[in-house]
Amino acid sequence: MGIADITFYAFAVTLLGAGLLVTVSRSPVHSVLWLILTFISAAGMFVLLGAEFIAMLLIIVYVGAVAVLFLFVVMMLDIDFAKLKGEMARYFPIASVIGLVLLMQMALLFGTWQEAEAARDLRQAPTPELAEMHNTKALGMIIYDQYFLLFQVAGLILLVAMIGAIVLTLRHRKDVKRQDVVAQMHRDPAKAMELKDVKPGQGLG
Amino acid sequence: MVGLEHYLTVAAALFVIGIFGIFLNRKNIIIILMSIELILLSVNINLVAFSSFLNDLVGQVFTMFILTVAAAEAAIGLAILVCFFRNRGTIDVEDVNVMKG
Repeated sequence: MGIADITFYAFAVTLLGAGLLVTVSRSPVHSVLWLILTFISAAGMFVLLGAEFIAMLLIIVYVGAVAVLFLFVVMMLDIDFAKLKGEMARYFPIASVIGLVLLMQMALLFGTWQEAEAARDLRQAPTPELAEMHNTKALGMIIYDQYFLLFQVAGLILLVAMIGAIVLTLRHRKDVKRQDVVAQMHRDPAKAMELKDVKPGQGLG
Repeated sequence: MVGLEHYLTVAAALFVIGIFGIFLNRKNIIIILMSIELILLSVNINLVAFSSFLNDLVGQVFTMFILTVAAAEAAIGLAILVCFFRNRGTIDVEDVNVMKG
């Protein structure tokens, strides 16, 4: 067993263990931290597979953005998680039965699966040799060429998601005094202040 | 020697863990969203493993698109969750009957 195999098994065990702990851990904050560990081990597996760009993307997008978003929401909302967790024992049997059935179905499928003879001839974009071009450049060459339209649509999806998230969470509070910039800039200093000549000892009356 | 089958097994196990998580945390929608992320991650592992062992880059391209959609889905899901919590004061999924659907 070479060093690559040992690394694979280490990442695989970490991935599955952290994945299981995401679902069963007591506190959602712990769940998010286990989710981060899951993503990092998956990124390690992707590096082993020679997909460095996807691995780095996983770290940046998932760990850097999605997991932090989850962490923000979990910590900002004031939720009684203990009450939600109390029901977990009730759902455990049905969840394990469904999981086991699914696992058995996949094992059955896996037993009969074999690679088609013609699979290698059906490749859309064969990977270039590593000496010729590295992974990131090779991916860029086909994303900006063959898959340009899909790439643009992916950008559009992110734009729609961003606008949707802002629209959903934006609220105007009536009970807060806000700065009105237009009113401030159009304010006339001549009208804003009045000078009075106050006589000594009499006041304004 | 680690082959394609090893990666597929890991991905299948992660997929089952994701499904298990959805059924186990029926009430807590934050954990359900995290389980969906796990399921999408297992699909990504499958795609990258096939891409690597067949020497075809298209799998990695589609992994990127799945990543995009997963990020968008997480953002929208959490925004809906925050909105729902603000209106109802709970995130219990069984209380979601505002629209009487």
